[in-house]
Amino acid sequence: MTIPLDSAAKLLGLLASGELTARQATQASLDRIAATDPEVGAFTFVNTEAALAAADSIDQRRRDGQPLGALAGVPIAVKDVLCTTDMPTTCSSRMLEKHMSPYDATVVARLRAADAVIVGKTNMDEFAMGASTETSAFGKTTNPWNPSLTPGGSSGGAAACVAAGDVPLSLGSDTGGSIRQPAAFCGITGLKPTYGRVSRYGLIAFASSLDQVGPMAFDAVDCATLLNAIAGVDASDSTSLPVETPDFTAGLDRIEGELRIGIVKHHLEAEGLDPEVRQAVDDAIEVFRDAGAKIVEVELPHSDYWVPTYYVIAPSEASSNLSRYDGAHYGHRSPVAASEAGDRGPLVATYCRSRGEAFGAEVKRRIMIGMYALSAGYGDKYYVKALQVRRLIRQDFDSAFQNVDLLLGPVTPTPPFAMGEKIDDPLQMYLCDLFTVGANLAGIPALSMPGGLTSNNLPIGIQLQAPPLQEAKLLQAAAAFQRATDWHTKRPL
Amino acid sequence: MAISLDQVRKLALMARLELSDDELGTITPQLEDIVAFVDKLMELDTDGIEPMVHAVETVNRWVPDQLGDSLSREQALANAPNHDEECFLVPPVMG
Repeated sequence: MTIPLDSAAKLLGLLASGELTARQATQASLDRIAATDPEVGAFTFVNTEAALAAADSIDQRRRDGQPLGALAGVPIAVKDVLCTTDMPTTCSSRMLEKHMSPYDATVVARLRAADAVIVGKTNMDEFAMGASTETSAFGKTTNPWNPSLTPGGSSGGAAACVAAGDVPLSLGSDTGGSIRQPAAFCGITGLKPTYGRVSRYGLIAFASSLDQVGPMAFDAVDCATLLNAIAGVDASDSTSLPVETPDFTAGLDRIEGELRIGIVKHHLEAEGLDPEVRQAVDDAIEVFRDAGAKIVEVELPHSDYWVPTYYVIAPSEASSNLSRYDGAHYGHRSPVAASEAGDRGPLVATYCRSRGEAFGAEVKRRIMIGMYALSAGYGDKYYVKALQVRRLIRQDFDSAFQNVDLLLGPVTPTPPFAMGEKIDDPLQMYLCDLFTVGANLAGIPALSMPGGLTSNNLPIGIQLQAPPLQEAKLLQAAAAFQRATDWHTKRPL
Repeated sequence: MAISLDQVRKLALMARLELSDDELGTITPQLEDIVAFVDKLMELDTDGIEPMVHAVETVNRWVPDQLGDSLSREQALANAPNHDEECFLVPPVMG
């Protein structure tokens, strides 16, 4: 029997009926990783023995008639920004190369409670800073559709391992588009939930007011199943929302009521938007129109300010969050001879050298931007100004959502780009987030789903955005789109 | 806006980052470019707009003042680059 590693729903059916054991599913996943990962490089760690032991325990409990979790026996990978007690948590940085967390992130604990089988940790841009997974200290991840291309970032490994057919599900994190952009580049579905819908406890902080964990899978149904397992208030995260968690898998076979979809014309006319991406968005509009949705033009007047606002706020928060890596309590420490310390003294000299040695270029760049934006004389000019513009951006979304249920548009300006193409040009790399950072600044949920292929057979993503806590509506719309199209069933050749 | 090499050196020390001369040479013009890019924000009149610090504008969340589990000393020291049986060991503050 071919084991369907491209569908959690199918796997769960086979596991429940006894046609497949958790060990067989896990072994199939591990075999697939062994076959694909030498080229794709999606994993920083594969937890073979622990995954097989977890699978055996699930099989035994199933044989004994004991209750099992909602993901019992499904192989899953988690981005290496999430703390795990049984695998290193590195953030793809030399700073945390051998770091073993003393606790599990809440989402990881919830996966274990749901009896998912965690097969490994996935590669990412260092500390989640990047749009290509080229800034990892442990080697690049390639795009399974074409190894000369990037898989996007920063959750490039989490997207690539799904696209490569290693696992049906993975967890990523999204600070400015880091779930949606790699999902678009790898031809899968990815959801950034509402800020606070999913606990951030044990998610290593990049920019705390923007970071959000979310599901990645081939389709909306599997994303909903995974979101069910991880969503919900968490006493360990004071910013998690004390709201009811609906069953996100319920009602995915229909759209309730009339669906009004907003189109931001300004985005479709943006300079640098690839014509094939534009065409895919136009085609998606027609799919929804044919399904009975009402298409409405809306304005987001401050969208030209999304990226500049993001590139003040995110580095400012990052420079603060990353100050904890000082080589004192954990992480890389460089020896400094007393004679080298100079005026700084031995302790400060050790901090400086440890951080200088262990952080990569992009992390250093963002710490420096943040330090500049927060420094005396510039704090009000840049940081406070960006926070004020952030409120205008949120108000734009609130106004738009008075007239529409969802917004539809591109995820990325271009299809997947080549390795090395943007790595030496930070501003070009930052513009990869042109259409995605608005959702993080406003805290709203947003989803990327496959919406076409280029003439070169590369995936194109379509983005849907919704008001806060309307993930169910997003998933319903994505499921409807996926019933009407087959882009989500396309696989790398 | 011009950013001087001395300013970048000072920022690097504030950030506790030892940067080589090559790195300083690369990062200085990049910082200038990025600052010029974000200067676009100055086009907007934001007088009277309340800064939005966080996507979830909660006030304090209180938890019961009860003793709970915490990391053991062994766990807390497990990832330390250098420690004895009780404490993190670091270089002296003063030379």
